[in-house]
Amino acid sequence: MGLLERFRESRFSKMMFKIFGKNHAKIGIYGPPNVGKTTLANRILRDWTGDIMGSVSEVPHETRRAKWKNNIRIDNGGSSLTMDLVDTPGIATKIDFNEFMNMYGMNKDDSRVRAKEATEGVIEAIRWLDDIDGVVLVMDATQDPFTQVNVTIIGNLEARNLPILIAANKIDAENASPATLKSAFPQHPVIPISALTGYNTENLYSMMIKEFGKKRHKQRR
Amino acid sequence: MTKKDSGITFNLISHQKLEHYSSSEKLKYILNEVKEGRILVLEHGLTPTEQAQLIEHTMKEINHDTFIGIEIGGYENEKVGFFQRVFGVAKKPRMTVIGPAHLLRMVHKDHDMIETTIIPGKGVN
Ligand SMILES: Nc1nc2c(ncn2[C@@H]2O[C@H](COP(=O)(O)OP(=O)(O)OP(=O)(O)O)[C@@H](O)[C@H]2O)c(=O)[nH]1
Ligand SMILES: [Mg+2]
Repeated sequence: MGLLERFRESRFSKMMFKIFGKNHAKIGIYGPPNVGKTTLANRILRDWTGDIMGSVSEVPHETRRAKWKNNIRIDNGGSSLTMDLVDTPGIATKIDFNEFMNMYGMNKDDSRVRAKEATEGVIEAIRWLDDIDGVVLVMDATQDPFTQVNVTIIGNLEARNLPILIAANKIDAENASPATLKSAFPQHPVIPISALTGYNTENLYSMMIKEFGKKRHKQRR
Repeated sequence: MTKKDSGITFNLISHQKLEHYSSSEKLKYILNEVKEGRILVLEHGLTPTEQAQLIEHTMKEINHDTFIGIEIGGYENEKVGFFQRVFGVAKKPRMTVIGPAHLLRMVHKDHDMIETTIIPGKGVN
């Protein structure tokens, strides 16, 4: 083991890490199903590492296991942020396999399996909440923002004093209304983006560096 | 999922009723009622932690043919100041409606109104 590695492994360095806070945040991408979380995760990775996070689909609950990539460094010229990024399954309060059949033409067996896996995915996403330092909460700007899922995610982070950025996604869509999201959640930064086209993502990256780079003392639940 | 000949039961739950329950007793009570096909309006809603736990429990209970989950809507908690937060004073959760997703649908919600409908033909015979 080289000298540098040995230093990194040493208790001294771990102690220094603790004292100076970590410049290394675990960031979760959260939100209801189908709002564009994985599309955004893929864009972030494509822009900064050339990697890919997972598959995207118009069918809700495409992501049914959390996925993550470590040590992603983003910068905006002046400052930077190194993070571990987690793409989480969409959180819902109900999952009806009939919807996959009737709306997306899936067969019964596949629909049931997808629904079952989706329930497990929701649980996994909620459990990850305990383990993260900040959240990009993705909302679909063409839809009503006051869903229980959004309220619950925000409430849990606020209770632990952790930073939230709201990405008002799909603003390329004709009926998108980012202003509605801004007035709905005035206490948190709302950044209108299109994860699909990349519109305004530089702005999101700058906000991530600003909000997630701060040293905070997180409170565990 | 019981179908009631007499219609759909709507229960207004005072905060006194749930006050002496622990979080897990409270969630168990709520989920049982909702699985029985009742719609509850809680005078005091759930804390964010309880909300997350309720979603978790709901996911475990989902059974494709009898229970597809819940619909829930409440008002955001009142703001709590920095010092109260530091000293662990919980925010006061406010009025919340919870029902089975096959019966209750959230139509619209904003800062001061929650609009719901009962899905026709599902509960009333
Ligand atoms: N118009 C538009 N569509 C988008 C945008 N971002 C994502 N979508 C579409 O929205 C659908 C869902 O995208 P996903 O990235 O799979 O959504 P998700 O939030 O990861 O969904 P789950 O994994 O199911 O929770 C796909 O059809 C995407 O192409 C966007 O910025 N604009
Ligand atoms: Mg996804």
